[in-house]
Amino acid sequence: MNYILSFEDCRQGDLARVGGKCASLGTLLQAGLLVPPGFAVTTDAYETMLAANDLFGTIRKNLDAVDPRDVEALEGCSASIRGLIETRPIPPGVEQAIRTAYLDLCVATGTDELPVAVRSSATAEDLPGASFAGQQDTYLWIVGAEAVLTHVRRCWASLYTSRAIAYRHDQGFDGEAVLMSVAVQKMVRARSAGVAMTLNPVNGDRSKIVIDSSFGLGETVVGGLVTPDNFVVDKVMLEVVRRTISPKHVELVADLHERRAIERQIEPERQLEASLTLDEVKAVAGLAKAVERHHGCPQDIEWALDADAVDTEPIVLLQSRPETVWSQASAEPTVRSEYETGITSVLSTLMNPLAAKKRSEA
Amino acid sequence: MSTQVKRFASPYEDPAPEGAEGWESLYPYFLIFREDRRKEEESKFWFCDAQHWPNVFKPFDTIHVEFACKCLGQYNARHLMIPPANGVDYRVHNGYCYMTPLAVAPEDIPARVPLFLERAGYYFENWQSLLENWHRKIRALIDELDELDFEPLPDVVPLEWIKEGVGLDPTTDLIADYHRAIELCYKAYQYHFEFLNLGYAAYLDFFGFCKESFPDIPDLAIARMVQGIQVDLFRPDDELKRLAKLAVELGVAGALKEGSVDDTVAAVAAAPRGKEWLAEWELAKEPWFNYSSGNGFYSTDKVWLDHLDIPLGFLRNYIEQVERGENIDRPLEQVAAERERITNEYRELLVSDEAREAFGGKLTLARTVFPYVENHNFYIEHWTMSIFWRKMRKLGHILADAGFWPNGDDIFYLRRDEIPVALFDYANGWGVGAEACGPHYWPAEIERRRKIVEALETKRPIPAMNEPPEVITEPFTIMLWGITTERVNKWLAGSEQATELTGMSAAPGEVEGIARVVLGAEDLDQLQEGEILVTQVTAPSWAPVFAKIAAVVTDIGGIMSHAAIVCREYGLPAVTGTGSASRQIATGQRIRVDGTNGIVTLL
Repeated sequence: MNYILSFEDCRQGDLARVGGKCASLGTLLQAGLLVPPGFAVTTDAYETMLAANDLFGTIRKNLDAVDPRDVEALEGCSASIRGLIETRPIPPGVEQAIRTAYLDLCVATGTDELPVAVRSSATAEDLPGASFAGQQDTYLWIVGAEAVLTHVRRCWASLYTSRAIAYRHDQGFDGEAVLMSVAVQKMVRARSAGVAMTLNPVNGDRSKIVIDSSFGLGETVVGGLVTPDNFVVDKVMLEVVRRTISPKHVELVADLHERRAIERQIEPERQLEASLTLDEVKAVAGLAKAVERHHGCPQDIEWALDADAVDTEPIVLLQSRPETVWSQASAEPTVRSEYETGITSVLSTLMNPLAAKKRSEA
Repeated sequence: MSTQVKRFASPYEDPAPEGAEGWESLYPYFLIFREDRRKEEESKFWFCDAQHWPNVFKPFDTIHVEFACKCLGQYNARHLMIPPANGVDYRVHNGYCYMTPLAVAPEDIPARVPLFLERAGYYFENWQSLLENWHRKIRALIDELDELDFEPLPDVVPLEWIKEGVGLDPTTDLIADYHRAIELCYKAYQYHFEFLNLGYAAYLDFFGFCKESFPDIPDLAIARMVQGIQVDLFRPDDELKRLAKLAVELGVAGALKEGSVDDTVAAVAAAPRGKEWLAEWELAKEPWFNYSSGNGFYSTDKVWLDHLDIPLGFLRNYIEQVERGENIDRPLEQVAAERERITNEYRELLVSDEAREAFGGKLTLARTVFPYVENHNFYIEHWTMSIFWRKMRKLGHILADAGFWPNGDDIFYLRRDEIPVALFDYANGWGVGAEACGPHYWPAEIERRRKIVEALETKRPIPAMNEPPEVITEPFTIMLWGITTERVNKWLAGSEQATELTGMSAAPGEVEGIARVVLGAEDLDQLQEGEILVTQVTAPSWAPVFAKIAAVVTDIGGIMSHAAIVCREYGLPAVTGTGSASRQIATGQRIRVDGTNGIVTLL
C-alpha cells in the first residue's frame, strides 16, 4: 500500500491511484516543465481511511435511503456523510505518511512551514469526455501539517457534496467506483495568474493560444470572479495579435499573517493595468505550446507568475487538461475542399480586393 | 473633440506656400492639377507618395516618378492586362508627388481575363529563363550607360577626325549621348516593372490564403515564410562586413581607423599585408558600391562609389565591432532554420490535405518570384541609377565650367526637355565662335527656381486629397505603399496632439529610447548609439547605420517596402506608415516603438 506518491513519481499509469490531476502534473514534471513540487495522497489512503472506520457500508446505506431529487433530504445525507469523513480518526499509518510527506516537501523547498494548495484529484476528473471539474474542492494557502490533514479530509469529504452526489447519480456513475486522491502542492504566491488554451475557444482556431489573466491567484479567473485581461497569441510566431485589458476589480492574495488566501479589492488606478507584460504573455504562450506538444492535443492549462521567483523563470504550470469542446467536434464547417492554384488563383486574388475581405472579417 | 472628417482637402484648395508662386512652370504641363480639369481631378482620391519621393522635386528629378509610374502602369494596362487594375496616375502638387490608382471599368474586365491568363501565365511558367534574360538585358544596358562619355568641347576638332574624314563635330555625340542616356533610363524602368507586378500578385495570392486560413496571422509571419536568405540587396553591406573582418585578420585595421579616403588608402598600402586587403576592396566596389545613400531617385543622392567616405565610415563601425569580439555576420543558418520552422508549423496547422497542397503551391510560387521583388531594387534604383546620375552630373559640370550656372548640380533645376536646348545653345556658341547665351540666361532663372523649391519645402505635403474610396482595391497600392482602407481611416481621424501613433508593424520587437528625426542621408551621422531613427522614409543603403540604432519609425511605407525588408533582416524593431511621425516627434523626445503591433508611443 502506498499512501503517498510524489508528483515526480506519478505516471499516466497511476491514474487510478492518484487521479487525473496528479498523473498529468507528474508527466509534465518529467517532461521538464516547471511545475511546483508536491505529492499525491493516493486513493489507497482514502480507501484505508474509509475501511478502517467502516464507512463504505455506512455511506452506501445513507445514499440508498435518499431520493437525490429531494433537495432537503440530499443536503442532510451529504452533511451526514461529510461529517463522518471529517471527524473519524485517520488511521495512524495514513496520518504519518501524510505528515512525513509534508515535512519532506518543506525540506525540499527550504521552507519551515510551506504554504500549500490542497486540491482534489478525483479519478474520474480531468478525463476527456467527463467534466467533473469543479465538483470537488480546492483549498489555498494551507500552512502546517495540522492544517494539511484537516484539508485533506475536507477534500475527501467533498466527494459527497450534494452537487457531487446528484451529478454522479444523473450521469449514471456508481458512487463507490469514485475514489478520491488529493494533491498537495507548493503554493505559488502569484503576482498574476490565469488560464490558457491552445486554441481559440471562440472559433476553434488552432493557430492561436488564448490567455486570460488577472492579478493574484488564478482562482478568480477560473471561478469567473473577475473579468480578466485577454490575449490572443499567434502560436507559430508567439506574437500577440489581439489584446484586451479589462477592469480587474478583485484579486486573491496570500495573507501571510492569517495563513490563508483572501479576496481583496484592487485599487482603481491599478484595475486597468495590464496583468502581464508582452514578454510575459509570450512566455505563457510558449509554456502552453510546450504542454500541447507534449500531450499531442489541444490543452486547457492553469499557470501562475511566481512573485517569489527572482533569478529563475517565473512562469509555472499549475494544471493541464485536454481541451474538450473543439477537440471532439467534427471538422470545422468552414473547411474548404477545393482550392485554386497557379495562375487561376492569382487571378482570383487580383479580382477580389483584399481590403474588402479584411473589412468583412473585422 | 474633433469632428469626423470624411474627406481630405481638394488640391484646388491647397495653396502653395509664400514665395513659391509660379512653381507650376518648373514641371511638365501634364503633371499639374489644371483648372480646366478640376471636376475630373476632384473626383479621384490622390495620396502623397512620400515613401519614394519625400522631398520637393527639382525640375529634372521628376524623370523618375514619370518613368516609374508610367512603366508600372503599362504592364497592368498594356502588357499583362491585369483584369481589374490599370496603372497609377500621378501629379506634382506644391512640389510633391500624388498618385491615384486607376481601376478598370467593370464591363471591360471580362475581356481582359483570357489575355491575362495567357500573358501572365507565360511569365509564371517561364520565370527563370525570362529572368536570366532580364539579367543579360540589364547588364548590357548598364554597360552601355557606363560607356557614355560626356566631355567638354575642345578648342579644335581633333586632327584624327580631319584625317579620317569624319565630317562631324563632337557636339553631335554630346547631344546624341544625352538623349541616349535618357532613353536608357526609360528602358531601365520598363525592365524594372517587367516582373514586379506579377511578383506582387503572386505574393498577394499566398498572403490572402494565409489570412484566410489563419485569421489574424501577423503580416510579418507571411513575409518571413517568403523572404529570401541570400539577397543581392544586402550584398553591399555583406561586403563591408567581410572587408571589416579581413582588415582585422590582415592587421590593417589600425591603418583604416582614421583619415580621409586617400590618406587611409595610402596608409593601408604601406602596411605589410595592405595590398591584399586593397585588392579585395577594389573587387567589392564593382558592382556593390554602386549603392545610393538615398533611394536612387534624387539627384542629391550620394553614391558610395563617388563618396567612398560613406562606406568607409560604415566599415570603421564594423571594424570596431569585430575588435570588440562581436559577431557581425547575418545569422544565415538561423534565418533559414527559422523560416523552415515557421513554414512547417503553419502547414501542420492546416486542416486538410487540399489546404496543405494549396499552401505548398502558392508558397513555391511566391518564393520563386520574390528574389526579383527584393533584388531588382539593387540593379535598377542603385546600380543603374548611380551611373545615370554620375553621367548627368558630369554633364552639369561641363556646362558649369562653360559658365551656364555656378554649380554642376544646378543642371537639375532644368526640366529634362530644356536640357537639349541648353546643350544646343552651348554647341551653337562653340560652333559659331561666339559666346553662348546660357551664362546670361540660366543663373538668374536657376536662382528663381531655387527660391521656389526652397519655399515649397517649408510646407509638408498633405497626406491625401479628395474623398477616399470605400475600399482600396488596387493590389499594388495596398502592398507597396501600405495604403489600405484602415490606414486611410486612421489618417482621416488623425489628431494633432496624439500621444500614440499607429502604423504598419514592419519589424518585430519593442524598445524605448530617444528619438532622432533625420530628414536626409546627410544627417545620418548625427545619430547617437541607441537612438531611435525617425524619418519620412529610410533607404536600404542606410542599413549599416542600423548597427547603432535601436529602432526605426517612418511616415510612409508598407511592409513590403525596402526599408521594412531591411529592418526585418537586421533585427531592428520598425513601425512604418505612421503618416506623420517625422512631424509629430522631435529630436530628443523619449518614445517607445512597438514593432510587433505597429504602435509608437510618445512618452
